[in-house]
Amino acid sequence: MTASAASVVQVRIEFLQNRERVQANQQTTESSPKEKTMKELDTSIRAKRPEFRNINAFSDLPNYRLPLAALVSILHRISGALMFLLLPFIIWMFDVSVSSEISYARFTSAFSQDTGMLPGWLLKLVALALIWAYLHHLIAGLRHLRMDMNHAAVSKESGKRSAAITLVLSIGLTLILGAKLFGAY
Amino acid sequence: MAVNFGTRRIVVGAHYGLRDWLGQRVTAALMAVFTAIVLAQVLTVQGELGYAQWAGIFAAQWMKLLTFVVVIALTYHVWVGMRDIWMDYVKSVAARLLLQVLSIVWLLGCAGWTLQVLWRL
Repeated sequence: MTASAASVVQVRIEFLQNRERVQANQQTTESSPKEKTMKELDTSIRAKRPEFRNINAFSDLPNYRLPLAALVSILHRISGALMFLLLPFIIWMFDVSVSSEISYARFTSAFSQDTGMLPGWLLKLVALALIWAYLHHLIAGLRHLRMDMNHAAVSKESGKRSAAITLVLSIGLTLILGAKLFGAY
Repeated sequence: MAVNFGTRRIVVGAHYGLRDWLGQRVTAALMAVFTAIVLAQVLTVQGELGYAQWAGIFAAQWMKLLTFVVVIALTYHVWVGMRDIWMDYVKSVAARLLLQVLSIVWLLGCAGWTLQVLWRL
């Protein structure tokens, strides 16, 4: 049997099995009208989909397919939360940089040498994380605004394309600004 | 949609929608414009960006007022975002309420600090 003929046979077998199951279900003891409707909707002529309740973060989540748009979306949330947590640090940077000549010098040196508490390279890494977070959040946010205003932007293909552009732009700019931060130019 | 009134009312359940959706977008657009304005000023500095130029940007009265508005906008924008995050992942009403209160305290503290820095200049 050829492969396509075999698959046709397979589909036919599944169809007959499903129809048998639908008929068996319809003969079970009476249920409420709502249950009946749900059951009818449930037993369509298709293989039964697996249902997931109580999604486990460690065993189920890593097995989900994550399209590009979904990745951009969850990173949008993560970058926002990261900036929320580091907000006092951001304001501290603003405060120290803008208050006086002396504190400005202290601010710039904190990144190249040390503050009292933290090494300069650690501060630079945190700053790099913030640079990425802001860039990603901004660009993904602009993508949201575009989807709000442009119906054609809300298609599967357009979503994938704009998600790819978002990642390329945000990570690219992060690398460029990061290089400047770490003294490459 | 569950029953959500009277004795079944959830204290920190949803009673919002279009206002916050639109509010997040409007504040986002405002902050994007503010970013462009600050970036433009930083990039058009003659020579090295020393203290005088950097602090000078935020010393102008119009810039202080614009930054003030942006701080308010940021506080609201972040509040909606964090409220959505707690709502999605924290099912216990008591824990969610506590996290929401802490988020507001955090945000208001940050806003107050920023305004203090701004008006010290």
